[in-house]
Amino acid sequence: MTFRPRDWAGSPTYLDAGYGSTKLRGPQQPLVSLRQGAGEVSGPAFGHRFVTAANADLTRNGRANGEPLGERIVVTGRVLDEYGRPLRNTLVEIWQANAAGRYVHKSDQHNAPLDPNFLGAGHCATDADGRYRFLTIKPGAYSWRNHHNAWRPNHIHFSLFGAGFVSRLVTQMYFPGDPLLAYDPIYESVPAHARERMISRFDLDVTEPEFALGFAFDIVLRGRDETPFEAPR
Amino acid sequence: MKPNLLPQTPSQTVGPFFAFALAARQYGYDFPQIAGSAIATPDAPGEHIRVTGRVIDGEGVPIPDSLIEVWQADASGRYPGADAFDADGAFLGFGRYGTGTGPETRFTFDTVKPGGHDGEAPHLNLIVTMRGLLLHAFTRLYFSDEAAANERCAVLALVPQERRRTLVATREETPAGPLYRFDIHMQGPDETVFFDV
Repeated sequence: MTFRPRDWAGSPTYLDAGYGSTKLRGPQQPLVSLRQGAGEVSGPAFGHRFVTAANADLTRNGRANGEPLGERIVVTGRVLDEYGRPLRNTLVEIWQANAAGRYVHKSDQHNAPLDPNFLGAGHCATDADGRYRFLTIKPGAYSWRNHHNAWRPNHIHFSLFGAGFVSRLVTQMYFPGDPLLAYDPIYESVPAHARERMISRFDLDVTEPEFALGFAFDIVLRGRDETPFEAPR
Repeated sequence: MKPNLLPQTPSQTVGPFFAFALAARQYGYDFPQIAGSAIATPDAPGEHIRVTGRVIDGEGVPIPDSLIEVWQADASGRYPGADAFDADGAFLGFGRYGTGTGPETRFTFDTVKPGGHDGEAPHLNLIVTMRGLLLHAFTRLYFSDEAAANERCAVLALVPQERRRTLVATREETPAGPLYRFDIHMQGPDETVFFDV
């Protein structure tokens, strides 16, 4: 089996004039195309022994002496391939800023308070329908130094592998109606027609009465074709 | 693209603040880490090696906030199956390490030298990502003491001759065992070859 090609028309480029950090870090030479072999179509099937239900609840997994501050939200969706097939038992890792827009990471010097009861890291494995579900706090916006008065829209980072090393995806989930999206070079690094794929959808059915707003976000990874890449076993 | 397919979710940068989630133990945060610098335990069959290097930007400055992920075959050239992690196997095949904690912003992996497979010389598959990369980059690490196999490798043959050296790690013999040095250059005259896979 091989994976379908990356959707380059819907991808950001390595060198992006709006995002300053790409200037010295984005590769400049053309990529060398590679026929997928055993190392590309296989991938790590992660230690689900590390993955506990407790770490799908970011409102609890960082508590020290109380509840984290901010707006509780449910973030849920399905991990699918391009053919719409659910990716079962696949690892989903997320991380985010707290409600004030501050990351726990020691390098984050943004002048906003840490929350002693919020870590901002979580993970879970998808179920038989490819579904994941996190309970967390809505992340705040924060300023960064990319350009004058630059602010990142609210976002949650996602990391997935899916079924193979080449279906690896690191992305960010955004929120509907965020006015900062129009000014964010990272969001806008994706060609306009494909940007909406990164925006979650407010969902009243996911919303829990008197408890938490619900956002739905499906993730689509490169599809696996059934044609074998070498002689059948 | 076929109209009946779902559109792929686009990539975005991992950003500068991934470590407390993706490499928490390495960086000293209280959160589980699914994989680290040990790709194989001492019990794994094969030649035990250490791989180390830096990730270097277009001005020659080592990058302190990149993340390297490795996926490799075992000493016999086979990739682990779905149960490798859960079975407490000696060989995981996967490693993950950030360049923010080691001396001189190095990444380091302890593993066994992989076997070749499918007409390809022994190699590690690498994913490189960091703030400033909107899409992670795929590369490979080959071994300097496998010159004959490298010469025959179907994938290296796709790479322009003058750039192949960027994919070959240099072997050194040390008291602790074989050490391979491999710097990843994001840009410049020594820019590492990155692949579209």
